[in-house]
Amino acid sequence: MDFTLNEEQQLLKDSVDRFVRENYELSQRRELVARPEGFSRDQWATMAELGWLGAALPEAYGGIGGGAVETMIIMEGFGSRLVVEPYFSSVVLGGNLLLKGGSEEQRNAILPALVAGETMLTFGYAERQSRYDLHDVETKATKNGGGYRIDGHKGVVLHGGTADKIIVSARTAGKSRDRDGITLFLVDRQADGVEIREYQTIDGLRAAEVELTGVSAGADAIVGDLDQGLPLIEDVVRRAIAALSAEAVGVMDTMKTLTNEYLQTREQFGRPIGKFQALQHRMVDIMMAAEESRSIMYVATLKLDHDPAESERAATAAKVKIGQCGRFVGQNSIQLHGGMGMTDEMQIGHYFKRLTMIDTMFGNHAHHLKRYAAM
Amino acid sequence: MDLNFSDKDLAFQHEVRTFIERELPDDIREKVANGYRLGREDYVRWQKILGPKGWLAPHWPKEYGGSELPAVQRYILGEELGRGHTPRLIAFGLRMVGPVIYTFGTAAQKEKYLPRILNSEDFWCQGYSEPGSGSDLASLQTRAVLKGDHYVINGTKTWTTMAQHADHMFCLTRTDPDVKFQEGISFMLIDMDQPGIEVRPIRTIDGSAEINTVYLTDVKVPVEDRIGEENKGWTYAKFLLGHERSGIARVGASKAQLRKLRDIAAKERAGDGYLIDDPDFSREIAQLEIDLSALEYTELRSLTGTAEGEAPGPEASLLKIRGTEIQQRLSELLMQTIGYYAMPYIPESLEYGWNEEPVGPEYAAPLAATYFNMRKTSIYGGTNEIQRNIIAKMVLGL
Repeated sequence: MDFTLNEEQQLLKDSVDRFVRENYELSQRRELVARPEGFSRDQWATMAELGWLGAALPEAYGGIGGGAVETMIIMEGFGSRLVVEPYFSSVVLGGNLLLKGGSEEQRNAILPALVAGETMLTFGYAERQSRYDLHDVETKATKNGGGYRIDGHKGVVLHGGTADKIIVSARTAGKSRDRDGITLFLVDRQADGVEIREYQTIDGLRAAEVELTGVSAGADAIVGDLDQGLPLIEDVVRRAIAALSAEAVGVMDTMKTLTNEYLQTREQFGRPIGKFQALQHRMVDIMMAAEESRSIMYVATLKLDHDPAESERAATAAKVKIGQCGRFVGQNSIQLHGGMGMTDEMQIGHYFKRLTMIDTMFGNHAHHLKRYAAM
Repeated sequence: MDLNFSDKDLAFQHEVRTFIERELPDDIREKVANGYRLGREDYVRWQKILGPKGWLAPHWPKEYGGSELPAVQRYILGEELGRGHTPRLIAFGLRMVGPVIYTFGTAAQKEKYLPRILNSEDFWCQGYSEPGSGSDLASLQTRAVLKGDHYVINGTKTWTTMAQHADHMFCLTRTDPDVKFQEGISFMLIDMDQPGIEVRPIRTIDGSAEINTVYLTDVKVPVEDRIGEENKGWTYAKFLLGHERSGIARVGASKAQLRKLRDIAAKERAGDGYLIDDPDFSREIAQLEIDLSALEYTELRSLTGTAEGEAPGPEASLLKIRGTEIQQRLSELLMQTIGYYAMPYIPESLEYGWNEEPVGPEYAAPLAATYFNMRKTSIYGGTNEIQRNIIAKMVLGL
């Protein structure tokens, strides 16, 4: 058993931490959020140069050959300063879908460009009616000559307005909630019939509604196996959950630090408010929640390449625990900041919003607690 | 003991309910029901409809234009106003400074200010908190110095809700810096329309800007606009805080939110059915309904035990704590009903009259922002920690 990073991983962590410290002051983040695309292409190019976009991808595609731990390091660092570049949607979701399910042609054509920062990807899995069920797919792909015609709607597609290619789940067989009959397609954002409605999200990122009307896709656009897309989706979502858990841990650690500093500096009744026992105990509970979250995040991360059933349990447990801890840390960090916690000017509220939205992604803690109980 | 309302009370309830159904303008009802932002005009328009019935000031004595409704009817009124999706009544004049003026004010102050509050001609705001004085309010530093027939005031007030709309501010100022904190404070009525007052909005985490910082630079207040005695302001401030806490349970409004929660949960798909049928989610709703019922009867017990016109005692802090916890939980579950559609944030869509097609369900837009906004409720009006201190000290003698 070993919870330490190896030398290369430590170097990666140092480099990520330094980068976010230098580039992600709240004022800098604000400026990025206000841009038309909601992030910086220059920053993205820097991330490519530093090797982060390929840190968890094989060398054959221009990557560095790392894995889940490298993704964890990057996501935790990004969480600690609320990085807005589309690393999660493009690399964690898009990159893993192609790596785990793509044909050799697809991987060769796209992954090196992804690693170089030239191509961005995202994944459209949610639909208006689907709630958190990945198998609830009504978007249809019907045979059309040698290829397919795709019709339907994908909701809240992360960075859907800037991704060059969107991988969408569509139904090629069966009824709308069948586990079989789901197929993944690689769709060009600019293809005919793709309509994008982009918007800001409440945590300062971007997402889009993607309307697909008679979009034609060749058989070579299928990612993974026909009708058998769900196991691939579930595999990648486990990786996504581990990555988001790492981000959440980064967020919580910063919230813990900010709140603890506030308790030590804000004075009322002639002393720092951190001297009041009621607040001390709350602060201790925040610290404990952050530590528990880190532990369960490590489990979810390190089990990713084990037996899928075991990995699924670990990812689900992480979603529950981190969702609950995030709620506690978020709400109480605001409370301990008092009125200041409600202001847009302070950092703490921005972290709270991101942490709240992380809970929503791929199903909140209540959803996953029910799944875990049924396992 | 009897849990039922009397026939007279039931008739009153019917009267209020039908009045609201008939008189509340549709656009205002829609704004409140769907969480759109309200402007000053919306509040004023509704208050002017309600005023002639005597329902704006049911707790005021008749001699000052109030209707002196019995406690149970005041409760029914509040509950029906919440139920009917009416705008929250602006408390600063009606519940806060009004009672201070009719209790401690001079005849001239009563004549000058009370009718304009009742007629919704004047908007008031509250100058209490300062950047360095929040929970420890008595440490406030805004200075008032007597110069002939007026005070000159310098300082900074913050978290001032609706200062941008206000005509007047009631303001705690320090008139004697050399005594114990609580003893050197005076209660001033400030005309907001004068040089030296700068109102700067504070953007909050939900994206709105309903609170402000107010900078006071050489602001003039005639001596006759001081309430009561100099250096006795803390007494009046405490009296006011007692009134503020009454009604803070917001049972009626929470019941309306609970209905909304059920409505949305019945429309949102979850698994093979709807969210309302999900055992876990329906348990959460059940829990809230039970908590709300306990709060409701705690408030009724407190009301029926309070003499007419008096502020409730320190046990009212209980109503504030539980009331805000329930409001916060409601807003959290409402946000959870819509799953991923909590994420889109389109500020324009929170304004009434936005015509574009909604992103996701039509009720989704304000829910996440409202959840973030509602975190304020356990902070404002004395944090819930301070409320617990009050109960510990004043009720339990700890």
